[in-house]
Amino acid sequence: MNSHLILRTVSKFLIPLIVVYGLYVHFHGDFGPGGGFQAGVIVAAAVVLYALIFGIDACKVAVPPSWIRIGMTVGVMLFAGTGVVTWLLGGAFFDYDVLKYDPDHPAGQHLGIICVELGVLFTVATVMVAIFYAFGSRTPDISDEDW
Amino acid sequence: MLSHIAEHYNYAVVIVLMMTGLYVVFASDNMIKKLVGLSVFQTSVFLLYITIGKVKGGIPPIIDSLHGGGHGDDNAQNITQGLQAAAGPAQGSSGAAYGGADVLYSNPLPHVLILTAIVVGVATLAVGLALVVRIREVYGTIEEAEIDKIDYRFNLEGVTPETTEATPDA
Amino acid sequence: MLNFLNLSQAWIAAEAPVAIVVLPLIIGALCALINKERIAWLLVLLTTLICSALSFVILREVMASGTISYGLGGWDPPLGIEYRVDGLNAPVLMLISVIGVICTLYALRSVTAEIEPKKRGPFYGAFMISFAGLLGMVVTGDAFNVFVFLEVSSISTYVLVAMGASRDRRALTAAYNYLILGSIGATFFVIGVGFLYMQTGTLNMADIALALSESGESRVTQVAFAFIVVGLGLKLAMFPLHLWLPGAYAYAPSFVTAFLAATATKAALYLLLRFVFTIFDPTADFIISALTWLLAVLGVIGMFFASFQAIFQTDARRLLAFSSVAQVGYMLLGVGIGTMAGVTAGYVHLLGHAMTKGALFLCLGAMWYQFGVTRISDFKGLGKTMPWTMGAFTVAGISLIGVPGTVGFVSKFALLTAAADKGWWWAVAAIVFTSILALVYIGRMLEAAWLQDRPQVDGVDVATREAPASMLVAMWALAIACVVFGVNATWPLELANDAASVIMGGAG
Repeated sequence: MNSHLILRTVSKFLIPLIVVYGLYVHFHGDFGPGGGFQAGVIVAAAVVLYALIFGIDACKVAVPPSWIRIGMTVGVMLFAGTGVVTWLLGGAFFDYDVLKYDPDHPAGQHLGIICVELGVLFTVATVMVAIFYAFGSRTPDISDEDW
Repeated sequence: MLSHIAEHYNYAVVIVLMMTGLYVVFASDNMIKKLVGLSVFQTSVFLLYITIGKVKGGIPPIIDSLHGGGHGDDNAQNITQGLQAAAGPAQGSSGAAYGGADVLYSNPLPHVLILTAIVVGVATLAVGLALVVRIREVYGTIEEAEIDKIDYRFNLEGVTPETTEATPDA
Repeated sequence: MLNFLNLSQAWIAAEAPVAIVVLPLIIGALCALINKERIAWLLVLLTTLICSALSFVILREVMASGTISYGLGGWDPPLGIEYRVDGLNAPVLMLISVIGVICTLYALRSVTAEIEPKKRGPFYGAFMISFAGLLGMVVTGDAFNVFVFLEVSSISTYVLVAMGASRDRRALTAAYNYLILGSIGATFFVIGVGFLYMQTGTLNMADIALALSESGESRVTQVAFAFIVVGLGLKLAMFPLHLWLPGAYAYAPSFVTAFLAATATKAALYLLLRFVFTIFDPTADFIISALTWLLAVLGVIGMFFASFQAIFQTDARRLLAFSSVAQVGYMLLGVGIGTMAGVTAGYVHLLGHAMTKGALFLCLGAMWYQFGVTRISDFKGLGKTMPWTMGAFTVAGISLIGVPGTVGFVSKFALLTAAADKGWWWAVAAIVFTSILALVYIGRMLEAAWLQDRPQVDGVDVATREAPASMLVAMWALAIACVVFGVNATWPLELANDAASVIMGGAG
């Protein structure tokens, strides 16, 4: 347990930062480069880093595969749900302007794209982790001597 | 002729990558290598799209840096105009210019398209690798020639391969 | 502003083009979570039923008032993504969703037999996503969006084919080959779209067509055309590019095979029609020569080659898969003739063959379900042990051959007339000759089933054991459709005529 002390300590410090950075990339995506896909991959990278350092079994305790399956569906639901909400509000599918109308500022567009991209974030992050789990679980864990 | 190629070196890179990828897909017998070739092939298309979106001297197409006021002051009109310009006729290999006379933007649309294509590529690769893992588990090899031999033997002997092995157990 | 649940008829009619794609996508994601297969199945059945209803609404709307255009997100068409339905794609939408209903009905029993219990929820999920992808690529009016939906449906189809592994492990290699060739095809397609974008600066199909007609043809257009035709040719199993098809059809779960055979290649063929005739200028020299020397000639070669290969198959599903390649040849020939009559004939063949081949594969699945029949030698006495299933198989089989009174005859006759009008007597001869080949390969199975005695196990005749009712309903629905549209062909011919007039601009 004492091996890779530096790695473990540094990554414990870094992983929350990576997740926060991912969320920054997401929520700043309507002003600058970024968005749900990039954010999702960054968040997934944090989980993968955790699995690399602490082992995939520990990672499966922290982020259970059942959450992952639910997360994928939640993402799609958020994405499509935004469209359904715009329908219910009487607009065209994905017509964000009906979400929040403001004559001189596209508030609805901001709101809509954040919701849709949040769905993308969920789906991308969970699918990436699911792919990682699917392949990672099939190979034996790397023992400490093999590093 | 040579200078013509040098000017359009991006196409040369794309063609080389594309042919390399296709060759690897067709020539290799190993299923993983085939997937690698497929990825290289797809990557060449990403490059093709992205290079056609670049305008010489164009800056990243973020509109609100031009219209001042920073975050939130952009209005729907500007965004629409920007998109209109971006989607408007782009001659030859160049992208689009927008922003009145002085500012030249690169065309953002190919980037968006390629983001989608990258996601598609990742999904294809994941499914392909998952299939290879399963094939390895079932056949014990990932060389196509060997798999063909195994299947051929099954066919000749008229034995249905362990169909019952995986039938529902509940 | 909050007019909640404004589900008036006009609203449904207006929003149907999007709803038909979004609904199965949502249900697909839900199904992946559901462990109870009955609930998943019910959801899928309900979704396909609603989609069929929506497709009927769309078709009626198109018949009444022409093209429907829907700008997603309130962005007007040349800018935003447009969903566009006209006489060319509305019938294909209806075909896909109705076949979806019939296959789902059938799936209840066949999935239980073929898929491991814990995979059944995700299996239905993958089916829904494939279904949504097919509908999406037909309904969309945006060239890049076509690629996205093409890949959505393809990737889930690879998964569906691979699920056949619990029945026959060769499904895995078949799915792998399909994945490699399918991805190459889709990538070729997207390269072609990229060249079109370079040429015109737009991705909206109608806008591309407009820009191309203004700028005239250039070498970029020709390159784009070549890439798109090859890419779609891979997807629709055009003759030399068909190598993925026999394996994928032969080893996929039987319900997947029926669904794919009836819809996937048909949707790709629709795209070919859409691109060749409405986006490119079909009167351009290079397109006319491509139609004549590429599509028509390859179609005829494919008809011969695949029919001969079908004759020498021992596995029943492989036989029908090669027959599918041959039938694609007929459709390509119709398209290659390039006249109004030719395209109409090709389009009727598209609709008719979907019903015919769907019914045949459903029957084969039922035979495997009851007796484990896969080889043609196993067909011995099936007419006595499964009379109803074999009955449906026979009806669909004679429709495949093209006997008068079936939908197969209607389309082949239309094709013959079109080829004769054009003066292509070699094509006429090819159609007649390959129909005789079809008689040979279907006849082999029918002869074994009806004229030979019941098989014996330990000296005792095998008892009659008919397929479950849900399967029988599904296969007979398609078989009866083959006969009904064969006897009274006005409706499919009218649909095809509308479709052809869309792409021919109403001119003869």
